[in-house]
Amino acid sequence: MPKYRTTTEPLPVPTPVTQPFWDGTREHRLLLQRCDAGHVFFYPRSHCPRCLSNRLEWVEASGRGTLYSYTIARRPTSPDFEQDVPFVIAVVELEEGPRMTSRLVEVEPGEVRIGMRLEVVFDDVTDAVTLPYFRPAGT
Amino acid sequence: MRGLRGEAAIVGIAEFAPVRRPDRTWMGLEAYAELARLALEDAGLGHDDVDGLMTGHLADSGGLFAPGHLTEYLGIGSHFSEVVDLGGATGAGAVLRAAMAIELGLCETALCIVHTLPRPKNPTGGGPTFRMGAWGSPMGEFDYPFGAVGQNYAYAMIANRYAYEYGLTDAQRAKVAVDQRTNATANPKAVFRDPIDIDDVLNSPVIVDPLHMLEIVMPCFGGAAVVVTSKEKAKRARHRPAYIVGGGEYTTHLSVTYDPSFTETPIRAAADRAFAMAGVKRSEVDLASLYDCYTITVLLTLEDAGFCGKGEAGKFVEEHDLTYRGDFPMNTHGGQLSFGQAGMAGGMSHITEAYLQLTGRAGDRQLRRCDTVFVHGNGGLMSEQVSLVLRGE
Repeated sequence: MPKYRTTTEPLPVPTPVTQPFWDGTREHRLLLQRCDAGHVFFYPRSHCPRCLSNRLEWVEASGRGTLYSYTIARRPTSPDFEQDVPFVIAVVELEEGPRMTSRLVEVEPGEVRIGMRLEVVFDDVTDAVTLPYFRPAGT
Repeated sequence: MRGLRGEAAIVGIAEFAPVRRPDRTWMGLEAYAELARLALEDAGLGHDDVDGLMTGHLADSGGLFAPGHLTEYLGIGSHFSEVVDLGGATGAGAVLRAAMAIELGLCETALCIVHTLPRPKNPTGGGPTFRMGAWGSPMGEFDYPFGAVGQNYAYAMIANRYAYEYGLTDAQRAKVAVDQRTNATANPKAVFRDPIDIDDVLNSPVIVDPLHMLEIVMPCFGGAAVVVTSKEKAKRARHRPAYIVGGGEYTTHLSVTYDPSFTETPIRAAADRAFAMAGVKRSEVDLASLYDCYTITVLLTLEDAGFCGKGEAGKFVEEHDLTYRGDFPMNTHGGQLSFGQAGMAGGMSHITEAYLQLTGRAGDRQLRRCDTVFVHGNGGLMSEQVSLVLRGE
Protein backbone atom coordinates (compact mmCIF):
# COMPACT_ATOMS: atom_id res chain seq x y z
CA MET A 1 0.00 0.00 0.00
CA PRO A 2 1.26 3.49 -0.76
CA LYS A 3 2.48 5.44 2.23
CA TYR A 4 2.55 8.92 0.74
CA ARG A 5 -0.34 9.00 -1.68
CA THR A 6 -3.92 7.87 -1.68
CA THR A 7 -4.16 5.98 -4.96
CA THR A 8 -2.01 3.50 -6.83
CA GLU A 9 -2.60 5.19 -10.19
CA PRO A 10 -0.96 6.41 -12.28
CA LEU A 11 2.04 4.14 -12.12
CA PRO A 12 5.08 4.04 -14.37
CA VAL A 13 5.01 1.30 -16.99
CA PRO A 14 8.65 0.32 -17.54
CA THR A 15 10.16 -0.37 -20.95
CA PRO A 16 12.92 -2.95 -21.43
CA VAL A 17 15.51 -0.14 -21.21
CA THR A 18 14.05 1.48 -18.07
CA GLN A 19 13.21 -1.75 -16.22
CA PRO A 20 16.53 -1.87 -14.28
CA PHE A 21 15.75 1.54 -12.76
CA TRP A 22 12.41 0.30 -11.41
CA ASP A 23 14.01 -2.98 -10.29
CA GLY A 24 16.41 -0.76 -8.35
CA THR A 25 13.71 1.28 -6.62
CA ARG A 26 12.00 -1.96 -5.57
CA GLU A 27 15.25 -2.80 -3.77
CA HIS A 28 15.28 0.77 -2.40
CA ARG A 29 18.26 1.72 -4.55
CA LEU A 30 18.32 4.79 -6.81
CA LEU A 31 20.10 3.93 -10.05
CA LEU A 32 21.49 6.26 -12.71
CA GLN A 33 23.25 5.51 -15.97
CA ARG A 34 26.83 6.34 -16.90
CA CYS A 35 28.31 6.19 -20.39
CA ASP A 36 31.86 5.17 -21.30
CA ALA A 37 32.80 8.86 -21.47
CA GLY A 38 31.79 9.24 -17.82
CA HIS A 39 28.57 11.22 -18.38
CA VAL A 40 26.00 10.40 -15.70
CA PHE A 41 22.37 10.96 -16.65
CA PHE A 42 18.70 10.45 -15.82
CA TYR A 43 16.00 9.45 -17.00
CA PRO A 44 17.08 6.08 -18.32
CA ARG A 45 17.80 5.96 -22.04
CA SER A 46 19.37 3.69 -24.63
CA HIS A 47 21.96 6.37 -25.49
CA CYS A 48 23.80 9.06 -23.54
CA PRO A 49 22.16 12.47 -24.09
CA ARG A 50 25.53 14.19 -24.01
CA CYS A 51 27.42 12.10 -26.57
CA LEU A 52 25.00 9.44 -27.93
CA SER A 53 27.24 6.62 -26.69
CA ASN A 54 25.36 3.37 -26.29
CA ARG A 55 27.97 1.84 -24.00
CA LEU A 56 26.24 2.41 -20.70
CA GLU A 57 26.32 1.01 -17.19
CA TRP A 58 24.12 1.45 -14.13
CA VAL A 59 25.54 3.19 -11.07
CA GLU A 60 23.93 3.66 -7.69
CA ALA A 61 23.22 7.24 -6.67
CA SER A 62 23.81 8.50 -3.13
CA GLY A 63 20.13 9.41 -2.86
CA ARG A 64 21.10 12.92 -1.77
CA GLY A 65 20.31 16.11 -3.62
CA THR A 66 19.00 19.64 -3.39
CA LEU A 67 15.68 21.17 -4.33
CA TYR A 68 15.98 22.94 -7.72
CA SER A 69 12.35 24.04 -7.80
CA TYR A 70 8.90 23.00 -6.60
CA THR A 71 5.26 23.86 -6.56
CA ILE A 72 2.45 23.09 -4.17
CA ALA A 73 -0.52 21.62 -5.99
CA ARG A 74 -3.53 23.22 -4.25
CA ARG A 75 -5.87 21.74 -6.84
CA PRO A 76 -5.39 18.23 -8.23
CA THR A 77 -3.18 18.12 -11.32
CA SER A 78 -5.32 15.20 -12.49
CA PRO A 79 -8.32 13.37 -11.04
CA ASP A 80 -5.94 10.68 -9.72
CA PHE A 81 -4.54 13.13 -7.21
CA GLU A 82 -7.83 14.59 -5.97
CA GLN A 83 -7.37 13.21 -2.46
CA ASP A 84 -3.69 14.14 -2.23
CA VAL A 85 -3.92 17.93 -2.35
CA PRO A 86 -2.07 19.87 -1.21
CA PHE A 87 1.07 18.06 -2.26
CA VAL A 88 4.54 19.20 -3.26
CA ILE A 89 5.83 18.47 -6.78
CA ALA A 90 9.59 18.82 -6.94
CA VAL A 91 12.52 18.91 -9.30
CA VAL A 92 15.48 17.51 -7.41
CA GLU A 93 19.07 18.09 -8.45
CA LEU A 94 20.87 14.91 -7.49
CA GLU A 95 24.35 15.02 -5.97
CA GLU A 96 25.62 13.27 -9.12
CA GLY A 97 24.28 16.09 -11.33
CA PRO A 98 21.12 14.92 -13.10
CA ARG A 99 17.70 16.27 -12.21
CA MET A 100 14.60 14.22 -11.57
CA THR A 101 10.91 14.87 -11.01
CA SER A 102 9.56 13.71 -7.66
CA ARG A 103 7.39 14.63 -4.71
CA LEU A 104 8.51 16.02 -1.37
CA VAL A 105 7.15 14.21 1.68
CA GLU A 106 7.50 14.51 5.45
CA VAL A 107 7.60 18.30 5.15
CA GLU A 108 4.97 21.01 5.63
CA PRO A 109 4.37 22.83 2.33
CA GLY A 110 5.18 26.11 4.07
CA GLU A 111 8.61 24.82 5.07
CA VAL A 112 9.76 24.06 1.54
CA ARG A 113 12.70 26.15 0.32
CA ILE A 114 14.57 26.01 -2.97
CA GLY A 115 18.12 24.82 -2.31
CA MET A 116 17.14 22.71 0.70
CA ARG A 117 19.04 19.46 1.11
CA LEU A 118 17.04 16.33 0.42
CA GLU A 119 17.31 12.57 0.69
CA VAL A 120 15.45 9.87 -1.16
CA VAL A 121 12.71 7.87 0.54
CA PHE A 122 11.07 4.91 -1.15
CA ASP A 123 7.34 4.29 -1.28
CA ASP A 124 6.27 0.74 -2.12
CA VAL A 125 3.11 1.77 -3.94
CA THR A 126 2.32 -1.75 -5.17
CA ASP A 127 4.11 -5.09 -5.10
CA ALA A 128 5.53 -4.27 -8.50
CA VAL A 129 6.31 -0.54 -8.28
CA THR A 130 8.24 1.54 -5.77
CA LEU A 131 8.38 5.30 -6.31
CA PRO A 132 11.32 7.42 -5.16
CA TYR A 133 10.20 10.47 -3.20
CA PHE A 134 12.36 12.96 -1.33
CA ARG A 135 12.28 14.41 2.18
CA PRO A 136 14.47 16.95 3.97
CA ALA A 137 17.90 15.45 4.65
CA GLY A 138 18.33 14.05 8.14
CA THR A 139 14.58 13.74 8.76
CA MET B 1 11.69 30.44 -58.59
CA ARG B 2 14.90 31.35 -56.83
CA GLY B 3 15.54 27.71 -55.92
CA LEU B 4 18.19 26.00 -53.91
CA ARG B 5 21.76 27.07 -54.58
CA GLY B 6 23.18 23.61 -53.96
CA GLU B 7 24.90 24.72 -50.78
CA ALA B 8 23.56 22.04 -48.42
CA ALA B 9 25.06 18.56 -48.67
CA ILE B 10 24.47 15.00 -47.48
CA VAL B 11 27.61 13.91 -45.65
CA GLY B 12 26.63 10.73 -43.83
CA ILE B 13 24.05 7.97 -43.70
CA ALA B 14 22.99 5.08 -41.53
CA GLU B 15 20.73 2.19 -42.30
CA PHE B 16 19.50 -0.93 -40.63
CA ALA B 17 19.45 -3.92 -42.95
CA PRO B 18 15.82 -4.74 -43.73
CA VAL B 19 14.78 -7.97 -42.04
CA ARG B 20 11.57 -9.91 -42.40
CA ARG B 21 11.68 -11.38 -38.90
CA PRO B 22 13.52 -8.95 -36.63
CA ASP B 23 15.43 -10.47 -33.74
CA ARG B 24 14.96 -7.43 -31.53
CA THR B 25 12.50 -4.67 -30.74
CA TRP B 26 12.92 -0.90 -30.31
CA MET B 27 11.07 1.84 -28.55
CA GLY B 28 10.77 4.69 -31.06
CA LEU B 29 13.09 7.03 -29.17
CA GLU B 30 15.77 4.34 -28.96
CA ALA B 31 15.67 3.70 -32.70
CA TYR B 32 15.96 7.44 -33.44
CA ALA B 33 18.94 7.64 -31.08
CA GLU B 34 20.75 4.67 -32.61
CA LEU B 35 20.21 5.87 -36.17
CA ALA B 36 21.41 9.34 -35.13
CA ARG B 37 24.55 7.86 -33.55
CA LEU B 38 25.39 5.75 -36.61
CA ALA B 39 24.75 8.52 -39.14
CA LEU B 40 26.87 11.04 -37.23
CA GLU B 41 29.64 8.46 -36.90
CA ASP B 42 29.52 7.92 -40.68
CA ALA B 43 29.63 11.68 -41.22
CA GLY B 44 32.48 12.18 -38.79
CA LEU B 45 30.42 14.80 -37.00
CA GLY B 46 29.71 15.07 -33.28
CA HIS B 47 26.57 15.10 -31.21
CA ASP B 48 27.00 18.84 -30.59
CA ASP B 49 26.99 19.61 -34.32
CA VAL B 50 23.31 18.71 -34.67
CA ASP B 51 20.87 21.65 -34.60
CA GLY B 52 18.07 20.48 -36.87
CA LEU B 53 15.72 17.52 -36.75
CA MET B 54 13.44 16.13 -39.47
CA THR B 55 11.67 12.93 -38.49
CA GLY B 56 8.69 10.70 -38.98
CA HIS B 57 6.13 10.22 -36.25
CA LEU B 58 6.95 9.06 -32.76
CA ALA B 59 4.71 6.37 -31.31
CA ASP B 60 6.23 6.88 -27.86
CA SER B 61 4.80 10.39 -27.65
CA GLY B 62 1.21 9.44 -28.34
CA GLY B 63 1.34 11.44 -31.56
CA LEU B 64 2.22 14.84 -30.11
CA PHE B 65 5.39 16.77 -29.29
CA ALA B 66 7.78 14.54 -31.25
CA PRO B 67 10.46 17.25 -31.60
CA GLY B 68 10.33 18.05 -27.88
CA HIS B 69 10.63 14.40 -26.92
CA LEU B 70 13.44 13.82 -29.41
CA THR B 71 15.57 16.85 -28.57
CA GLU B 72 15.30 15.93 -24.89
CA TYR B 73 16.09 12.25 -25.41
CA LEU B 74 19.00 12.95 -27.78
CA GLY B 75 20.20 15.88 -25.70
CA ILE B 76 20.33 18.31 -28.62
CA GLY B 77 19.12 21.85 -29.20
CA SER B 78 17.27 22.15 -32.50
CA HIS B 79 16.76 25.38 -34.44
CA PHE B 80 14.49 23.72 -36.98
CA SER B 81 12.32 20.70 -36.20
CA GLU B 82 9.63 19.08 -38.23
CA VAL B 83 7.61 15.90 -38.29
CA VAL B 84 7.41 15.08 -41.99
CA ASP B 85 4.23 13.24 -42.92
CA LEU B 86 4.43 12.58 -46.65
CA GLY B 87 4.01 8.82 -46.80
CA GLY B 88 6.59 7.22 -49.07
CA ALA B 89 7.92 10.68 -49.93
CA THR B 90 8.77 11.41 -46.30
CA GLY B 91 12.49 10.64 -46.79
CA ALA B 92 12.87 12.95 -49.79
CA GLY B 93 10.62 15.53 -48.14
CA ALA B 94 12.78 15.50 -45.02
CA VAL B 95 15.97 16.07 -47.02
CA LEU B 96 14.33 18.90 -49.04
CA ARG B 97 13.25 20.61 -45.81
CA ALA B 98 16.72 20.16 -44.33
CA ALA B 99 18.31 21.73 -47.41
CA MET B 100 15.88 24.68 -47.29
CA ALA B 101 16.53 25.27 -43.61
CA ILE B 102 20.30 25.03 -43.98
CA GLU B 103 20.48 27.36 -46.99
CA LEU B 104 18.41 29.91 -45.11
CA GLY B 105 20.72 29.61 -42.15
CA LEU B 106 17.98 28.41 -39.81
CA CYS B 107 20.16 25.46 -38.85
CA GLU B 108 23.50 24.06 -39.96
CA THR B 109 23.38 20.29 -39.44
CA ALA B 110 20.12 18.41 -39.60
CA LEU B 111 19.37 14.79 -38.84
CA CYS B 112 16.72 13.26 -41.12
CA ILE B 113 15.53 10.01 -39.56
CA VAL B 114 12.71 7.64 -40.44
CA HIS B 115 12.18 4.09 -39.29
CA THR B 116 9.66 1.29 -39.12
CA LEU B 117 10.65 -1.14 -36.41
CA PRO B 118 8.75 -3.45 -34.10
CA ARG B 119 8.13 -2.08 -30.61
CA PRO B 120 8.30 -4.32 -27.57
CA LYS B 121 4.98 -5.79 -26.54
CA ASN B 122 3.08 -3.12 -24.64
CA PRO B 123 2.61 -4.51 -21.12
CA THR B 124 -0.50 -2.39 -20.65
CA GLY B 125 -2.03 -3.86 -23.79
CA GLY B 126 -2.36 -0.27 -24.95
CA GLY B 127 -5.62 -0.10 -23.07
CA PRO B 128 -7.00 2.30 -20.53
CA THR B 129 -4.95 0.96 -17.61
CA PHE B 130 -2.29 3.51 -18.43
CA ARG B 131 -4.46 6.58 -18.48
CA MET B 132 -1.93 9.29 -19.03
CA GLY B 133 0.48 9.44 -21.91
CA ALA B 134 1.53 6.76 -24.33
CA TRP B 135 3.63 3.89 -23.11
CA GLY B 136 7.27 4.78 -23.71
CA SER B 137 6.78 8.50 -23.14
CA PRO B 138 9.42 9.58 -20.62
CA MET B 139 6.95 12.11 -19.19
CA GLY B 140 4.38 9.37 -18.67
CA GLU B 141 6.93 7.26 -16.86
CA PHE B 142 9.03 9.76 -14.92
CA ASP B 143 6.77 12.79 -14.36
CA TYR B 144 3.09 11.77 -14.22
CA PRO B 145 3.38 9.20 -11.38
CA PHE B 146 4.57 12.03 -9.11
CA GLY B 147 1.58 14.22 -9.89
CA ALA B 148 3.56 16.27 -12.39
CA VAL B 149 0.71 16.23 -14.91
CA GLY B 150 -0.44 18.91 -17.34
CA GLN B 151 1.23 22.30 -17.70
CA ASN B 152 0.31 24.35 -14.64
CA TYR B 153 2.82 22.70 -12.30
CA ALA B 154 5.70 23.27 -14.71
CA TYR B 155 5.19 27.01 -15.13
CA ALA B 156 4.63 27.31 -11.38
CA MET B 157 8.02 25.70 -10.79
CA ILE B 158 9.59 28.07 -13.30
CA ALA B 159 8.00 31.02 -11.46
CA ASN B 160 9.32 29.79 -8.10
CA ARG B 161 12.82 29.26 -9.44
CA TYR B 162 12.80 32.68 -11.12
CA ALA B 163 11.67 34.38 -7.91
CA TYR B 164 14.42 32.53 -6.05
CA GLU B 165 17.12 33.67 -8.46
CA TYR B 166 15.97 37.20 -9.28
CA GLY B 167 13.06 38.15 -7.05
CA LEU B 168 9.52 38.60 -8.36
CA THR B 169 6.33 39.56 -6.56
CA ASP B 170 2.84 38.16 -7.03
CA ALA B 171 1.66 41.69 -7.90
CA GLN B 172 4.26 42.02 -10.66
CA ARG B 173 2.99 38.84 -12.29
CA ALA B 174 -0.60 39.96 -11.79
CA LYS B 175 0.07 43.22 -13.67
CA VAL B 176 0.39 41.20 -16.89
CA ALA B 177 -3.07 39.68 -16.44
CA VAL B 178 -4.60 43.05 -15.53
CA ASP B 179 -3.23 44.99 -18.52
CA GLN B 180 -4.15 42.20 -20.90
CA ARG B 181 -7.69 42.21 -19.50
CA THR B 182 -7.88 45.95 -20.18
CA ASN B 183 -6.99 45.13 -23.79
CA ALA B 184 -9.69 42.45 -23.90
CA THR B 185 -12.35 44.97 -22.84
CA ALA B 186 -11.81 46.49 -26.30
CA ASN B 187 -12.00 43.16 -28.12
CA PRO B 188 -15.54 41.88 -28.68
CA LYS B 189 -14.17 38.43 -29.56
CA ALA B 190 -12.44 37.94 -26.19
CA VAL B 191 -13.81 35.32 -23.76
CA PHE B 192 -13.19 37.52 -20.70
CA ARG B 193 -14.05 41.21 -21.06
CA ASP B 194 -14.80 42.44 -17.54
CA PRO B 195 -12.03 44.70 -16.20
CA ILE B 196 -9.95 43.31 -13.31
CA ASP B 197 -7.36 44.80 -10.97
CA ILE B 198 -4.30 43.40 -9.20
CA ASP B 199 -6.36 42.44 -6.13
CA ASP B 200 -8.79 40.45 -8.27
CA VAL B 201 -5.88 38.39 -9.54
CA LEU B 202 -4.32 37.93 -6.12
CA ASN B 203 -7.69 37.07 -4.55
CA SER B 204 -8.40 34.39 -7.13
CA PRO B 205 -7.58 30.90 -5.83
CA VAL B 206 -4.01 29.65 -5.93
CA ILE B 207 -4.02 26.63 -8.23
CA VAL B 208 -0.32 25.71 -8.05
CA ASP B 209 1.91 27.92 -5.92
CA PRO B 210 2.52 30.70 -6.79
CA LEU B 211 0.08 30.88 -9.73
CA HIS B 212 -3.47 32.13 -9.22
CA MET B 213 -6.44 31.17 -11.32
CA LEU B 214 -6.41 34.50 -13.20
CA GLU B 215 -2.78 33.94 -14.19
CA ILE B 216 -3.64 30.74 -16.03
CA VAL B 217 -5.20 30.36 -19.48
CA MET B 218 -8.76 29.16 -19.87
CA PRO B 219 -9.00 26.35 -22.41
CA CYS B 220 -11.72 27.00 -24.98
CA PHE B 221 -12.61 26.21 -28.57
CA GLY B 222 -11.72 28.16 -31.67
CA GLY B 223 -9.57 28.21 -34.78
CA ALA B 224 -7.54 30.50 -37.02
CA ALA B 225 -5.89 30.59 -40.43
CA VAL B 226 -3.28 32.78 -42.10
CA VAL B 227 -2.43 33.19 -45.78
CA VAL B 228 1.23 33.74 -46.67
CA THR B 229 2.16 34.62 -50.25
CA SER B 230 4.93 36.04 -52.43
CA LYS B 231 5.88 39.68 -52.67
CA GLU B 232 4.43 39.79 -56.19
CA LYS B 233 1.01 38.59 -55.06
CA ALA B 234 1.20 40.55 -51.82
CA LYS B 235 1.37 43.78 -53.82
CA ARG B 236 -2.04 42.95 -55.28
CA ALA B 237 -3.55 41.83 -51.97
CA ARG B 238 -6.70 43.37 -50.46
CA HIS B 239 -4.95 44.53 -47.28
CA ARG B 240 -1.55 45.92 -46.42
CA PRO B 241 0.97 43.04 -46.58
CA ALA B 242 2.83 42.09 -43.40
CA TYR B 243 6.21 40.86 -44.50
CA ILE B 244 7.86 38.17 -42.44
CA VAL B 245 11.30 39.68 -42.14
CA GLY B 246 12.78 37.53 -39.38
CA GLY B 247 12.29 34.19 -37.72
CA GLY B 248 14.02 31.93 -35.25
CA GLU B 249 13.29 28.64 -33.56
CA TYR B 250 14.74 26.61 -30.70
CA THR B 251 13.76 23.42 -28.89
CA THR B 252 15.77 21.62 -26.24
CA HIS B 253 13.37 19.53 -24.16
CA LEU B 254 9.78 18.64 -23.44
CA SER B 255 9.55 17.91 -19.71
CA VAL B 256 10.40 21.02 -17.73
CA THR B 257 12.61 18.92 -15.43
CA TYR B 258 15.08 18.56 -18.30
CA ASP B 259 14.97 22.21 -19.37
CA PRO B 260 18.67 23.12 -19.23
CA SER B 261 17.77 26.21 -17.17
CA PHE B 262 14.40 27.33 -15.77
CA THR B 263 15.41 30.98 -15.94
CA GLU B 264 17.66 31.24 -19.03
CA THR B 265 15.01 29.98 -21.40
CA PRO B 266 15.32 28.76 -25.00
CA ILE B 267 13.26 31.84 -25.92
CA ARG B 268 16.50 33.82 -26.17
CA ALA B 269 17.99 31.70 -28.94
CA ALA B 270 14.79 31.95 -31.01
CA ALA B 271 14.28 35.69 -30.50
CA ASP B 272 17.91 36.69 -31.06
CA ARG B 273 17.89 34.90 -34.40
CA ALA B 274 14.61 36.52 -35.45
CA PHE B 275 15.78 40.05 -34.62
CA ALA B 276 19.20 39.50 -36.21
CA MET B 277 17.63 38.14 -39.40
CA ALA B 278 15.19 41.06 -39.57
CA GLY B 279 17.81 43.68 -38.80
CA VAL B 280 15.24 45.18 -36.44
CA LYS B 281 15.97 46.70 -33.04
CA ARG B 282 13.81 45.93 -30.01
CA SER B 283 13.04 49.64 -29.74
CA GLU B 284 11.48 49.59 -33.22
CA VAL B 285 8.76 47.13 -32.17
CA ASP B 286 5.29 48.73 -32.10
CA LEU B 287 3.48 45.68 -30.73
CA ALA B 288 4.76 42.72 -28.73
CA SER B 289 2.53 39.72 -29.39
CA LEU B 290 3.85 37.23 -26.85
CA TYR B 291 2.65 33.74 -26.06
CA ASP B 292 0.92 33.94 -22.69
CA CYS B 293 -0.17 30.61 -21.30
CA TYR B 294 0.69 32.04 -17.87
CA THR B 295 1.78 35.40 -16.54
CA ILE B 296 5.26 34.04 -15.83
CA THR B 297 5.66 33.02 -19.49
CA VAL B 298 5.16 36.64 -20.56
CA LEU B 299 7.69 37.94 -18.02
CA LEU B 300 10.35 35.48 -19.16
CA THR B 301 9.61 36.24 -22.81
CA LEU B 302 9.97 40.01 -22.27
CA GLU B 303 13.31 39.33 -20.68
CA ASP B 304 14.79 36.65 -22.92
CA ALA B 305 13.48 38.27 -26.11
CA GLY B 306 15.55 41.25 -25.03
CA PHE B 307 12.94 43.91 -24.18
CA CYS B 308 14.51 44.29 -20.74
CA GLY B 309 17.58 43.01 -18.91
CA LYS B 310 17.87 39.70 -17.10
CA GLY B 311 16.02 39.82 -13.82
CA GLU B 312 14.22 43.06 -14.72
CA ALA B 313 10.92 41.77 -16.09
CA GLY B 314 8.97 42.40 -12.88
CA LYS B 315 10.10 46.00 -12.74
CA PHE B 316 9.53 46.40 -16.50
CA VAL B 317 5.84 45.49 -16.33
CA GLU B 318 5.36 47.71 -13.29
CA GLU B 319 6.89 50.69 -15.08
CA HIS B 320 5.14 50.24 -18.41
CA ASP B 321 1.53 50.41 -19.50
CA LEU B 322 1.06 47.24 -21.54
CA THR B 323 -2.35 48.19 -22.91
CA TYR B 324 -3.25 49.45 -26.36
CA ARG B 325 -3.18 52.97 -24.89
CA GLY B 326 0.19 52.40 -23.27
CA ASP B 327 3.87 52.96 -23.92
CA PHE B 328 4.57 49.26 -24.52
CA PRO B 329 1.53 47.71 -26.21
CA MET B 330 1.49 43.97 -25.65
CA ASN B 331 -1.09 41.32 -26.51
CA THR B 332 -3.61 43.96 -27.50
CA HIS B 333 -6.25 41.28 -28.23
CA GLY B 334 -6.21 40.40 -24.54
CA GLY B 335 -3.71 37.59 -24.92
CA GLN B 336 -4.76 34.04 -24.38
CA LEU B 337 -5.31 34.88 -20.70
CA SER B 338 -8.33 36.99 -21.65
CA PHE B 339 -8.99 36.23 -25.33
CA GLY B 340 -8.96 32.47 -24.67
CA GLN B 341 -6.67 29.60 -25.58
CA ALA B 342 -8.23 27.39 -28.24
CA GLY B 343 -5.61 24.65 -28.10
CA MET B 344 -2.90 25.16 -30.68
CA ALA B 345 -4.98 27.89 -32.31
CA GLY B 346 -4.29 29.91 -29.15
CA GLY B 347 -0.81 30.72 -30.38
CA MET B 348 -2.20 31.73 -33.76
CA SER B 349 -4.14 34.54 -32.07
CA HIS B 350 -0.86 36.40 -31.55
CA ILE B 351 -0.37 36.40 -35.32
CA THR B 352 -3.96 37.28 -36.29
CA GLU B 353 -3.88 40.18 -33.82
CA ALA B 354 -0.56 41.33 -35.28
CA TYR B 355 -2.11 41.39 -38.74
CA LEU B 356 -5.25 43.20 -37.58
CA GLN B 357 -3.08 45.87 -35.95
CA LEU B 358 -0.74 46.13 -38.95
CA THR B 359 -3.73 46.64 -41.26
CA GLY B 360 -5.55 49.12 -39.04
CA ARG B 361 -8.48 46.81 -38.40
CA ALA B 362 -8.20 46.36 -34.63
CA GLY B 363 -11.23 48.51 -33.82
CA ASP B 364 -11.30 50.26 -30.45
CA ARG B 365 -7.92 48.83 -29.50
CA GLN B 366 -6.19 49.98 -32.71
CA LEU B 367 -2.69 51.32 -32.11
CA ARG B 368 -2.02 54.76 -33.54
CA ARG B 369 1.11 53.45 -35.20
CA CYS B 370 1.80 49.81 -35.97
CA ASP B 371 4.44 48.93 -38.55
CA THR B 372 6.63 46.40 -36.78
CA VAL B 373 5.43 43.48 -34.65
CA PHE B 374 7.34 40.89 -32.68
CA VAL B 375 5.46 37.60 -32.34
CA HIS B 376 6.55 34.78 -30.07
CA GLY B 377 5.14 31.27 -29.79
CA ASN B 378 5.91 28.90 -26.95
CA GLY B 379 5.00 25.22 -26.78
CA GLY B 380 4.91 22.41 -24.26
CA LEU B 381 6.60 23.12 -20.94
CA MET B 382 8.70 26.12 -22.02
CA SER B 383 9.88 23.70 -24.72
CA GLU B 384 9.34 24.71 -28.34
CA GLN B 385 10.12 28.37 -29.09
CA VAL B 386 9.45 30.26 -32.32
CA SER B 387 9.90 34.00 -32.88
CA LEU B 388 8.77 36.11 -35.84
CA VAL B 389 9.35 39.72 -36.82
CA LEU B 390 6.60 41.14 -39.05
CA ARG B 391 6.74 44.43 -40.88
CA GLY B 392 3.96 46.21 -42.70
CA GLU B 393 4.94 48.04 -45.87
